[in-house]
Amino acid sequence: MSCQTRQFNKLRWTTCLLVVFTLVGQIAAQPAGGETTFAPVVRRVQPRIVKIYGAGGPRGLEAYQSGFVISSEGHILTVWSYVLDTNFVTAVLDDGRRFKAELVGADPRVEIAVLKIEAEDLQHFNLDDAVELSAGSRILAFSNLFNVAVGDEAASVLHGNVAGRTRLAARRGAFDSAYDGPAYVLDAMTNNPGAGGGALTDRRGQLAGIIGKELRNQLDNTWLNYAIPISEVQLSVEQIISGQLQPRTDDPDLRKPEAPITLALLGIILVPDILAKTPPYIDSVASGSPAEEAGLQRDDMILFVNDRLAGSASDLKETLSFIDRIDEVRLLVQRGRTLVETSLFAPDE
Amino acid sequence: MKRLNVRFEFFLAVILLVIPTMAWSDDGVPEAVLEAQRLRTEAIARAVKSAISVYSADGKGGGSGVVISADGYALSNFHVTSPVGDYMQCSMSDGRLYDAVIVGLDPTGDVALIKLFGRDDFPPAVMADSDEVQAGDWCFAVGNPFLLATDFQPTVTYGIVSGVHRFQFPAGTILEYADCIQTDASINPGNSGGPLFNADGQLIGINGRGSFEKRGRVNVGLGYAISINQIKNFMGHLRSGRIVDHATLGATVAVDPDGRVVVSNILETSDAYRRGLRYGDEVLRFGGRKIRSVNGFKNVLGIYPRGWRVPLTCLRDGEKYELLVRLAGVHAREKLIELVQKKTRKRTGRPMPPDKRPGAPDKKPLTPKGPKTPVIPDALTKFIKKKAGYANYYFNQQSLQRVWNGCRTGGDFSKFTGIWNLTGQTTDADEISIQLGHGNSAVTVPEGRSTVVMGTDFSEQLGPAGSGGLLAALHIWRRVLIEGPSKIGDAYYLGTQPLRGHDGLFDVVVVTFDVVEVQMSFDPASGRLVALEMFSELGEDPCEIYFGDYRDVAGLQFPHRMLVRHGDGIFAEIEFVDIELAIAKEET
Repeated sequence: MSCQTRQFNKLRWTTCLLVVFTLVGQIAAQPAGGETTFAPVVRRVQPRIVKIYGAGGPRGLEAYQSGFVISSEGHILTVWSYVLDTNFVTAVLDDGRRFKAELVGADPRVEIAVLKIEAEDLQHFNLDDAVELSAGSRILAFSNLFNVAVGDEAASVLHGNVAGRTRLAARRGAFDSAYDGPAYVLDAMTNNPGAGGGALTDRRGQLAGIIGKELRNQLDNTWLNYAIPISEVQLSVEQIISGQLQPRTDDPDLRKPEAPITLALLGIILVPDILAKTPPYIDSVASGSPAEEAGLQRDDMILFVNDRLAGSASDLKETLSFIDRIDEVRLLVQRGRTLVETSLFAPDE
Repeated sequence: MKRLNVRFEFFLAVILLVIPTMAWSDDGVPEAVLEAQRLRTEAIARAVKSAISVYSADGKGGGSGVVISADGYALSNFHVTSPVGDYMQCSMSDGRLYDAVIVGLDPTGDVALIKLFGRDDFPPAVMADSDEVQAGDWCFAVGNPFLLATDFQPTVTYGIVSGVHRFQFPAGTILEYADCIQTDASINPGNSGGPLFNADGQLIGINGRGSFEKRGRVNVGLGYAISINQIKNFMGHLRSGRIVDHATLGATVAVDPDGRVVVSNILETSDAYRRGLRYGDEVLRFGGRKIRSVNGFKNVLGIYPRGWRVPLTCLRDGEKYELLVRLAGVHAREKLIELVQKKTRKRTGRPMPPDKRPGAPDKKPLTPKGPKTPVIPDALTKFIKKKAGYANYYFNQQSLQRVWNGCRTGGDFSKFTGIWNLTGQTTDADEISIQLGHGNSAVTVPEGRSTVVMGTDFSEQLGPAGSGGLLAALHIWRRVLIEGPSKIGDAYYLGTQPLRGHDGLFDVVVVTFDVVEVQMSFDPASGRLVALEMFSELGEDPCEIYFGDYRDVAGLQFPHRMLVRHGDGIFAEIEFVDIELAIAKEET
């Protein structure tokens, strides 16, 4: 046997082994599909799930919802709902620790809000690592539906599949939703009371979506199980955390104009401000006012003023006080379940 | 060279051919998936055999259940059997209908034990250790949702465990689901009482409840199963034919501002108080589990029957201490009976929760007007005995007889009606001499002599001092051995209980003699009497006697060592050196 042929043989055997290893590697990397248990995945995800308590009570409105940690320093992503209409929102982590949660900001267009608690080194989901799912993908849904878990008890987990990815707008009229973008429709009973804000993951526990608020079909009284893909809310989350989409706060560097705009100048009369966080609903519109001209109506709720979150009646007034009365006022209002954008100017004096 | 090449080519070809076929089937499904599917199908096929559907005698309504022994004992829900009554019919996947009677009820835990007749080789479910169940595990429910199984074939719904150690507050007046398993496997009306299995087809719980609220009585992704480990604790009690009660510590806990679970209230009459538990003590462990919330505490309480002794670890002033606490009952006995009977009366003749099919209008179920007395087959009437406080007194009598027969294998004392003279020494080298008779008995210790005399209040004759009534207890012990438990007073089989210083569970017989209550614990394997506890009065510690060193005396197995405890201390440990059991007639 010559040296050359020996080398040649060595090469062939190496090639052969490479082929074998590649094949074995491929098989190992194949989705097993026949998981004996999701328990390790569930254990890994659960420390990131948050139980959220806030406003509610009358008419069967549950005073709780779900959320999940999205930064090590305590940012929590949840759904934007009446539960957050209070200064006293409590977030309970998986280990039972309770925190007072501050509203960082919200984007009612995608119905999400970001809360912040004073905590560090939290296990969290990184939104940049979120995965996209398609019809047939196995999912796990983590939430505190029905407030089953309290204190340090682990949130509930349900399993199912993505039935389809579609726009909620397709069911306008049947399902009243302000959000009309893409959603994962699920074949599991994920969207129960308190489940909104929970995390939708793939079968490996990778974040894929946020469980939406309850949506009842007005035609046949069925309930939709869905989640909003993370890619649809990520920009809003980034804007909220970077300081946009937040209510105007007291910033010493910002000077208020000498003659700011007021609600009275625009002809907007809000419902009486009796709560700590009264939602800014329009009670009436003065006749002949810019508000009437712009088509604003009674019961419209003001969401944004010049891309600033209105938040509450008092926050709205504070935000207006930073706008000069000669400047444009762009309002985003919610009318029923639709969003309406308008532009107003104060009348010349 | 040529050969080597051929070998190499051949090797490569084999690898390329074999590996893909190992991993993929012809239709492109990974082998692992097919294997998982095969295992799943097999587990279901095994498990389904043990599932039953429960129907009332008129063939209507009911729910589900699961057979747990070859001789036909089966579990279901209290809320399934209570409207059905003492007699019911059960279908199995073999397509047959079996007669069944009620055995025992746990109304608080929503569990019923029934017994099927007609076979001695029923296929029982294999019980798992439900404390091993974790959120994320596959599981499946088997049962008869919406009473679909007109051909007796049960419905299987697959899901995962959504949460463990859940506490679900009492619904209505009584049913409490403590330490239960939450699943997204579809649990609907009609599934009640049916089994929840793990992926291997082993029994982990009994389905019985769901969260419904505003969406009507159909599954919305949350069903709850009573853990099988809880039922294992109650099994002996359920087999006793009694209406069994759950437990309370006699103390409540709350979470203080620092997040510690502390005693927020305590009854001075409770065993917990007598053992030293006080207001403000921090509860660290209970029943071997770490306690971090009120629910966690209630979960532990919920899995034990009344009367069990459960270890408790507490912290006071930085000092850790451990207690063994006897749990009290949640309900007064009369209250429990009343609740069960009221429930039965209210629901008699009505075919049960599965009364609504999905989408059906919310109207009263179709039921025969007024209660209809079911016709019980003649062959079954002897298996049903009514008595206040019992679900079925027949099974209590059977168990009592079984335990007593087991005890008598150690010897028949019925002829030894004369004086029993026991002489021995305590470990402190004190002489002790005991004379036990029919009418009265006496004990002599270095401190003096005590007597008990029949006809005077036994709860007043608790000598020797500090023993809690050793002499009275031994007096009753002798009488029971000679005459049998049923002859000397009101006797019943309690069920099974753990015993201090011993592993496992023991058969317990309760005898009321004069005004005192005696609990006797028998080793289920040997039949031997292992302990006797005499309760002189409510709120008083019993005198506890632990028997050991059984040896032959006059052809009878007789204990030569007795450990006597009272309260937190040991009164005496006695070794008997001389034992005389007289056959002769009565003393004066």
